[in-house]
Parts: sequence; structure tokens; C-alpha cells
Amino acid sequence: MLTWIALTALLLFSVATYMAGRRRAVAATGGKPAQLHSLPGYYGGYAALWVGAPAALLILLFAMFGGRLEAGLLRAETPAAVAQLTAPQQNVFYDDARAIARGGAPSETIYDGALRAALDAKVAKSRQINGLIEYGSIALGTVLALAGVFVAYRRISPQFRARNKVEGWIAGLFIACSVTAILTTVGIVASLVWESWRFFQAVPIHEFLFGTEWNPQIAMRADQFAGAGAFGAVPLFVGTFLVMLIAMLVAAPIGLYSAIYLSEYAGRTTRAVVKPLLEILAGVPTVVYGFFAALTVGPLFRAFFNWIGAQLAGGSLDGLAQYLMQVQNQMALVAGAVMGIMLIPFVSSLSDDIINAVPQSLRDGSLAMGATRSETVKKVVLPAALPGIMAALLLAVSRAVGETMIVTMAAGLQAKTTLNPLDTVTTVTVQIVTLLTGDQEFDSPKTLSAFGLGLTLFLVTLALNIVALRIVQKYREQYD
Amino acid sequence: MTDAAIPAASLRQAVEARLKKRHAQEMRFRLYGRMAIVVALSFLALLIGRIVHQGYTTFVDYQISVPVTLDASRIDAADPVGANYDLMVAQSVLAKLGETDDEFGGKSGKVMGLMSNDLGFQLLKMVREDPSLTGRTITVTGPLKSDAALYFKGEIKRVTAEDERKLDDQQLDWLDKLKASGAVTSGFNTGFLTRSDSTEPEQAGVLGAVVGSLMMLLVTAVLAIPVGVLAATYLEEFAPKNRWTDLIEVNINNLAAVPSIVYGLLGLAVFINWLAVPRSSPLVGGLVLALMALPTVIIATRSALKAVPPSIREAALGVGASRTQTVFHHVLPLAMPGVMTGAILSLAHALGETAPLLMIGMVSFVPGVPEGFTGAATVLPVQVFIWENASERGFHERTAAAIIVLLVFMIVMNLAAILLRRRFERRW
Repeated sequence: MLTWIALTALLLFSVATYMAGRRRAVAATGGKPAQLHSLPGYYGGYAALWVGAPAALLILLFAMFGGRLEAGLLRAETPAAVAQLTAPQQNVFYDDARAIARGGAPSETIYDGALRAALDAKVAKSRQINGLIEYGSIALGTVLALAGVFVAYRRISPQFRARNKVEGWIAGLFIACSVTAILTTVGIVASLVWESWRFFQAVPIHEFLFGTEWNPQIAMRADQFAGAGAFGAVPLFVGTFLVMLIAMLVAAPIGLYSAIYLSEYAGRTTRAVVKPLLEILAGVPTVVYGFFAALTVGPLFRAFFNWIGAQLAGGSLDGLAQYLMQVQNQMALVAGAVMGIMLIPFVSSLSDDIINAVPQSLRDGSLAMGATRSETVKKVVLPAALPGIMAALLLAVSRAVGETMIVTMAAGLQAKTTLNPLDTVTTVTVQIVTLLTGDQEFDSPKTLSAFGLGLTLFLVTLALNIVALRIVQKYREQYD
Repeated sequence: MTDAAIPAASLRQAVEARLKKRHAQEMRFRLYGRMAIVVALSFLALLIGRIVHQGYTTFVDYQISVPVTLDASRIDAADPVGANYDLMVAQSVLAKLGETDDEFGGKSGKVMGLMSNDLGFQLLKMVREDPSLTGRTITVTGPLKSDAALYFKGEIKRVTAEDERKLDDQQLDWLDKLKASGAVTSGFNTGFLTRSDSTEPEQAGVLGAVVGSLMMLLVTAVLAIPVGVLAATYLEEFAPKNRWTDLIEVNINNLAAVPSIVYGLLGLAVFINWLAVPRSSPLVGGLVLALMALPTVIIATRSALKAVPPSIREAALGVGASRTQTVFHHVLPLAMPGVMTGAILSLAHALGETAPLLMIGMVSFVPGVPEGFTGAATVLPVQVFIWENASERGFHERTAAAIIVLLVFMIVMNLAAILLRRRFERRW
């Protein structure tokens, strides 16, 4: 709250400096603004930037990193009573202290005796540190702003190249913005690698990549009973692959054929109607597909297979019939089929672009030789567009591998190494979601394994994307 | 040439036979294409139709009005919270039905299974505000329990065996009687749009989720649009072509294709664990979605900037504008419609995103409108996910209805983008 007031005050002060700087520049020429190097506004802007930008940056940095700073300072010394607690309990203790200091709701843990006293002490300390950070940042900001006035105001003279200076600031802003994209990647890679590294210290990497049993149940408390936990990710990889394969079997033919029809056969009106409709299909949020899969497609498929089972029962295929009659709602086929529907517009619009990029002269040549349109498509257009289409399919595969909501809602949680589409499988993304929703304890391999899975997922999709984008780029250059 | 040896007639025959086959092949190929489109569009129709079919009943609700006598002997004036208002409501309804409660309260218990406890809360609130109401008879209006409403909507049918449905025959008779007497009325369900999440389906609404979504989108828009537009302007208008800018370009293209769940992991590790941003707040959700939307905003802005012809730049530079002035006074304003269209579309995409938000703790139960940008909040798609997991049947129709609300928002945003494009698009 105080931060917002400080920022507003700073903004007002900058506006005032802008006006003053502008007036000073005009006054310096003795009322002939044409003698100035730059427009008067640039002089004002220059002064305002020196006043506002460094101070605002400082206050924002403190607001961003203040929480972390406070947590660090708060933990600088641990009272004896707290030191006896386990690491997760200590975390709860410190979170509670910070929550109470902020007037928020603490957890339901009961503290008494020495712990209570320690908590009260830490609450007081937290308030103190918070105040220090808040007032300190504002005081520093004020000093910076005043220093800015001093620096900028003195420089204003008719010969001063204010516009170039202001544009220098703007260039800095430009570069800072484009670096954000790099920083995002660095953030993703650093957080995934760091947490995965911690995970691989508990579970060897070969065990993770080649182990065939996935059962990440580890006791949260010492008195809980649970197995040692197994972190072999092969069942997850197989499950992901199976769902992806089913999805591609649905999406590739339908998407490709509709792209071919739209670009080679359809008239203007058909295109004008069908393309926006496909875009709607592409814009539907994945959670909606998940709902559709779980409550419509799942029960439908189950009823269908159970019915087939009932028809076959007692015949020569009785074993199969018994199996079919026990098929559940959650199966790989349901998740895969619905994911395939989701990918149709993706495949179709990418392939449409690529087919359209094939030069018309190739088609004309083929048609002039007497080939029918389908022969032209099959023997001329598609071979020419093949690398691009392969890239489009690779991008679709990467989407299918990284898709989360449909599989979370429709595939299931049991880790099984199976290629049977009627079985319930689980995927990498489902496990990440399951491991990280609800209460977490950040030091157990159970939670950290999600980052190991995330790193694998990131690397696989990154590889697919890089290859696909390379192909598309090369292919575009070929005809441009 | 050996071909000349073939008699003309048989050649013609062979060609014609083959032509027939080739034309049949052509027809088949065209048919496959048509079928693919029909299949894709029928999936769309099935998806939308099924959701509307499952969800539209939510927008009708059944309210009951009963006069309740606030028995002074049962309400302790010092502690009005202690009284059992639900029981009072149930007994009033029984009286209206002309039944008397048995001594174990079995019938009133059954009636309580039909009435939302919202009625009791209303009474409690009234008594608290005005203790003089005690002893008088006041009429309260509130929703029926969702199972009772499902009976009126035809989801619970009499033909189902009694022990397989939630309501028994007596309860159904009562409902019919109440409906016939006019005590139960149906109308548009405003509660669904003005209430927030609740553990009782009939009291659950989407307001909290809608407000949470809007707050989160605001954070996303404020962060992603300016940063994205400036980054794209830099790359398109200023950046020298060198290895460094190539790296940024490749990087942006790859970021656009990173699975959204990875952004959730980033948010969890960096924003929550490292920077200690409050969990499940619109702030942290907006931050994560802003990073996710950034590449799409950049890509859209760049193509909008590319569409502005170079002659505009040359003219501005020719009259003495600096490069920065050229861009800010001429190029960016001309590219703005395209930029805004791209920005709205990427925000619409962010609105429907669910997976990364599950990582940053947005799945918690939030009964109310979020208190602020750092308070706990939930958003529409996550609300859909939470309700889909609920076991009560009443939540199923509400899930579909929440999806309808979500889709309406997406359609509005997409229409806005299309209109913007139509209205301001310029062909050079």
C-alpha cells in the first residue's frame, strides 16, 4: 500500500519536473524556443526521466525482492525451540510468523510455551524488517529522485542534445523489453535444471529414465506408512507416447484432408465459412475438451465396449468379452481421441499455409499435362509440401506431448506400461499436475520429481520444435 | 516406336477405361476431403451442443417462498446463532403441506433434504440485524436443494427405482404439491451469476471466478502488452541483424511452443518459492500468463509492423524525424489495430489457460470475490476443473454452465478482435 502511495507521489513529482524542465529550457533561450537543439518537451522529458526512472526502479525492485529479503533476514537466527522442529515444521513456523505480521490467516498449527514466545518474537521481528524495507526503499528512492533533479536540471541549456539523450533512455527500455524473452528462457531452464538436479541427487538419473516402476508415494511424516517410493518414469513415457499416437491417428488424416480440400477444392464461400469454424474449434480452452472427454466421450466409449463385450460373451472370444465388459471410463483411447479433435484445427491450419505456399506454376504444369486434380495433389503438391507437412505434424506431436488438461481429466493416474488403448494410463503432464497440486513439501523427492519430469518434457518439446521450425524455415526459403 | 503398333481402337478403349478409373479416384479423393471437414465440424457441433445441453438448465432455478414463524421460545435473544433455523423452515413447509412431523423428526429431516440451507442463513441474518423480528412470521424466499431442482428439471425421474435415486417417493410427492400450490416458482437463475463458489451446488456461482479471471487478465495485459510491443518494435525497427538478435528471435519462436505446464513450473519455482509472491493470487497467475502470452504478442506485433509500408518510414525520416520519432509518431499508430487484435487474441488464449494455474495453487476453494491482487482467487477455467471433480450431481450442470460463461467471454473477445480488424484494417 505504502509502495503504491510512494509510486504515485513519484509520478506527480516527475510530472512537475517535466513542466519545470520544459520551462527552464525555454527560459534559457530568452523566450526564443527555436534556438533550442531539441523540442522543449524533450528537455522536460529528460529531467522527468532522471527523477522518475531510477527511483521507481529501486522501489519496484525492493517490492519484488522484499519478501525474499525479509524471509532471509527472519531466518538469520533460529531460536532454540524452533531448531528442534523438522524442516517442514520450521517452514510452517516462519510462514505463520510472516502471515501474522501481515495480518493474514496463519495455519492451524498450535504453538505453546517456548514456541509461542519464539513466534511472537519473530512476528515482531518480521514487522520490524518489513517496516525497515518499506521505509528504507522509500527513503532511498527520495534521495535518488532529488539527485536526479540535481543532475538533470543543471544540464539543461539551449545547446544540450536533449532529444538524443531521451532516445538513449528509450533504446535502453527497448533492449530491456526484448531481453525479457531471453530471461524467461533462462528462468525456465534454470529453475527446471536446479530442482531436477536436487531430485537426481535423491534418485539417480538412470533409475529415473530407465526404471519401470512409478510410485512416488513417500511418507510425509515419519509415522506414516508408505513404500520407499519408486521413480522409474518409463510407464509415464509409454503412456504419453500412447496417448500422443492415438491423438495423431485422429488428427493427422482429418487435419490433412481438410487442409487439402480447403486449399485445393473449396470455393471462396466454403473457405469463408469453414475456416472461422475451425478457428473456433482451435480456440476452445483445453479444460472444456477435458470436461467433454470425461463426461461425454468416456461414458460413451465405455458403454460401447461394454455392449460389444456383452454381445461376444459366451462365444469363442469369451476372454475378450469379459475384458471388454470391465472397461472403465478412463482409458487412453478417450484422452487420445479428444486430444486428436483438439489438434485437428492445428494440423489443418498449418498444413493449409504450407500447401498454399507451393507455387501455382507447379499445379498449372501438372494440370496442363492432363493430370486430374487429385493426381496433381498427390504427385506434385504433396511431395513439394512434404517437409513442411512433416514439420507441422512434429509441432502437433509436441503439442500433444505437452497437453495437460485433457489427460488430467480423462486418462487416469495409474502408471502402467501398456500399449493397450483400452487401458488406463497416465502421462508425464498428469503426474506433474498431481504431484504439485495440494499440499507440498519442497524437499521431498516426490515434489522434486515433478521438476525432473518437467525438464524431460521441456527438452523433448524443445527438440521437436527446433527441428520443426528449422524445416519450415528452410522450406519457406526454397520458394520465396 | 512400338506404341504405334497398338490399334487405335484398343488404345482408345484402354484410355477410356483408365480415365473412368482416374475420375472415380478423383471423386473419392474429393469425398475424403469433404468427409474430413464434415467430421471436424460435427465434432465442433457435438462439443458445443453437448455442453449447452448439459448446462442450460443451470440458468433456470427453483425458488421456494415459505412464511416462517420465528418461535420466540426457540431463539435465544442473546445468542441467535444457536437456533436451528433450518428446522424452523422445514416445519413451516410441513405445515404448509398439511403434514405433522413424527416424533423423531423424520419428516422434517426429509424436508430439510429438499431446502437449501440458504433459507436458514437468511433468517439468521434477519434476526441478527433486527432482533425484534423474533416471534413474528416472515416470508423467506430461497433456492431448493439441487437434488430437488434436478427433479423438476427431469434429471431425477420417478420411473427410477426408489432406492436408486436421491429422493424418495414421499419427497417427490411433496415437491409436486409445493409446485402445484405455487410455493415453488421457477425463474432465471441470477444467483449463478451473483454468487461465488460454495460447497452446496445450489448456492454456487461464478462471480468470484469471473472477477478473479478479470483481475488476472488485467495483470497479464498490463505486463505482456507493453513489454511485448516494445520488444517487437525493437526487433523489427531498430535491432541490427546480428547473432544476438538472431538468438532472441529463435528464442521467441521456441518460447511460443513451450507447453504451458512448463510455465507453471517456472512460476512455482521462481515467483512463489524464490520471490515469495503469495500463492494462488491473481498477481502470480497474471505474471505466469504474461510470460506465456509474451511470445504471441511479440509475433503478432511484428507482423503488424511488417505490414506498414516502408514509404511511411522514409517520408517521416525525409522530413527530419529521428528514427524513434518515426516509429512512435507514425509506424506504431498505423500498426496499432493489428497489434491490438493480436493482443486481444493472446489474452483470450490466456483466459482459457488452466494447467499452469494448477501449479501455482489456484485450485484452492475460494468462497467469495478475491480481496485484492495478492489475495486468494480462483479463475473460470480452474473453477470448471474444480467443479468437474465434485461428486454431487448438481455440480455437473454447473460445470457446463461455467463453461458456457467462459465461452461467452472468449467469443466476446474474439468478436472484438474481428471487429477491430474490420474497422481499422488498411490495405496499402
